[in-house]
Amino acid sequence: MTALPTVGPGTPPRADPAAAPPPVVPDTVISDEIRVVGMVWERELIRYVRTRTRIVSGLIQPVLFLFVLGYGMSGLVGTTGGFNFRQFVYPGVVAMSVVMTAMFSALSIVWDREFGFLREMLVAPVSRVSLVLGKTAGGATVAAVQGTIMLVLAPLVGIRLTPLLVVQMIALELLMAVAMTTFGVFVASRIQKMESFQVVMQMLLMPMLFLSGALFPLNGLPGWLTVITRLNPLTYAVAPFRQAVFAAQDLSPAAQARFPTNVTLFGFTLSIGMELAIVVVFAVVFFVLAFRGLSRTE
Amino acid sequence: MKTDLASEHERSGVAGDASLAVDVHGLTKRYGELAAVDGIDFSVGQGEIFAFLGPNGAGKSTTIKMLCTLAHPTSGRATVAGFDVSTRAKSVRRHIGLVFQEQTLDDQLTAGENLQFHAVLYGVPHREVEARISRVLELVALSDRRKDLVSTYSGGMARRLEIARGMLHTPKILFLDEPTVGLDPQTRALIWDDIQRLRREEGVTIFLTTHYMDEAEYAERIAIIDHGAIIALDSPDVLKASVGTDTVAIETSDDEAALASLQRAGYTVERTGSGLTAFVADEETAVGPIVAATGVPVRTVRAHRPTLDDVFLHFTGREIRDQRGEAVPMMARARGARRS
Ligand SMILES: Nc1ncnc2c1ncn2[C@@H]1O[C@H](COP(=O)(O)OP(=O)(O)O)[C@@H](O)[C@H]1O
Ligand SMILES: [Mg+2]
Repeated sequence: MTALPTVGPGTPPRADPAAAPPPVVPDTVISDEIRVVGMVWERELIRYVRTRTRIVSGLIQPVLFLFVLGYGMSGLVGTTGGFNFRQFVYPGVVAMSVVMTAMFSALSIVWDREFGFLREMLVAPVSRVSLVLGKTAGGATVAAVQGTIMLVLAPLVGIRLTPLLVVQMIALELLMAVAMTTFGVFVASRIQKMESFQVVMQMLLMPMLFLSGALFPLNGLPGWLTVITRLNPLTYAVAPFRQAVFAAQDLSPAAQARFPTNVTLFGFTLSIGMELAIVVVFAVVFFVLAFRGLSRTE
Repeated sequence: MKTDLASEHERSGVAGDASLAVDVHGLTKRYGELAAVDGIDFSVGQGEIFAFLGPNGAGKSTTIKMLCTLAHPTSGRATVAGFDVSTRAKSVRRHIGLVFQEQTLDDQLTAGENLQFHAVLYGVPHREVEARISRVLELVALSDRRKDLVSTYSGGMARRLEIARGMLHTPKILFLDEPTVGLDPQTRALIWDDIQRLRREEGVTIFLTTHYMDEAEYAERIAIIDHGAIIALDSPDVLKASVGTDTVAIETSDDEAALASLQRAGYTVERTGSGLTAFVADEETAVGPIVAATGVPVRTVRAHRPTLDDVFLHFTGREIRDQRGEAVPMMARARGARRS
């Protein structure tokens, strides 16, 4: 049976016809955007504090690396000028915990997508820059906190902490965490499915960590591996971190030669300033990519 | 004069009739070959409860997405709260509340934290946030669960929290995409209470979609949508009246005599398969008098009022409850596929 709509579109009730047209509100209000950054940041912290298992598991893996690898390798590497492999690897392991926490924070966007909360954020009348900024600030804060918790392990492996060193380490942790969070947000914005998450963690994060100089010195590697380590943004974040830690220890020249901390690029030895500048550039590039990645969604 | 005003509106990004909450002209969305929404026209007045009723795949969510600026129309025009969805997306979003078909809460946060987050996202002034959160939680009767993690909520509670959240920034129009889908009948009734309370107490316009026929009755006007096109649009009563009147069907020991006495009593009666059918204005109040006027013993009485099922069937020739949007033969209905 073919039935034509015999019922016409009923007329809706009208409000006062003289109603004023809606006010034209400016589309972006800076103070509102700052509140958004703060709120997204706060949510990251709340979620971090609320998931104790994450804090604990975020500690266990680096501690394992520090002690298992530290003692295991010490026999092989030996002690040079009173300095051993545990002391060498300590800054790398702290960096590792910062990086893993930052990545985990950022990749929680994949969860947010799965559970729908990402949508709540993306449809809001706010700038996506604010959302990425908040996420970055949150991930970086959480990662720096996790890295700072690792400082309590320093005395156990014979690393001397000075107040200056603690300040330097926290500052470097923050920078490293910012770069890794923006990188993570960028990666997460490309992941549509939760199953891909594990794959990314293993295929990306682990090689990045191993090829950053965090766990072994970067000199004397075969050419192709050297190229990869130099393309790895983490390399430029780990080196200054280790240099800061070593600067606070009284290293003998022999130990310095045995455990080099510099990164060389095309035969030049980079200064700490140059390394940090490279990290900043990476962070900015990843930030833009992360923003664009999130803008693509929907 | 009129054209001057129109171009004036277009320049400021304010188009259409400001007294309408939603105004849609020839709205179309194509996904490749498929016209998910195919040139629909309708408008929603301020303070109305307006329902989009149609089977899955009819284009309800796609329409909502275009109205909420989450999908760009392929062609056509729509204004929401007086703002054009294509040119003033941010203004539209600021003036609407939105509850998606899928859940969008953070279940690791408490209800209060979810609302706090939303208040900031939508620029609710700082000093109003507290009062507003208490108010919307009260509206959906969740005040005492404010400090609980959303992960401890039931599906119905989470839905009601989302409705509260949609109202938090005092939107002009609240869009609800299948707000009751998958919930048990009691919870569905509670949500309808919520919706009516919101309209009454906050004066918000409500635009919702559903594929439950019985629910659409609560709306003041219904657009029946199928294959991307609106096939009927009016109040539930008018729609139902358009497919016929109430009927009372009886079987008696002597239909001949009954027919005569009913006609004498002034009823419009017809002989049908196994008995008689009287066409009445209101079946509920007609049953008694009809039985009394029959004059012979009555064996069975069946009273029927046209439902929206009948309306959908009338306009499409098939049943809405078929989930894949394919034709269900009318036979199925004859065999008694009717629900409750
Ligand atoms: N992003 C998309 N890409 C392609 N087709 C889509 C997309 N979204 C919806 N559709 C199609 O458009 C039609 C209408 O879908 P939808 O609006 O979700 O229906 P409803 O909400 O009424 O169930 C369906 O046939 C659906 O498959
Ligand atoms: Mg839908």
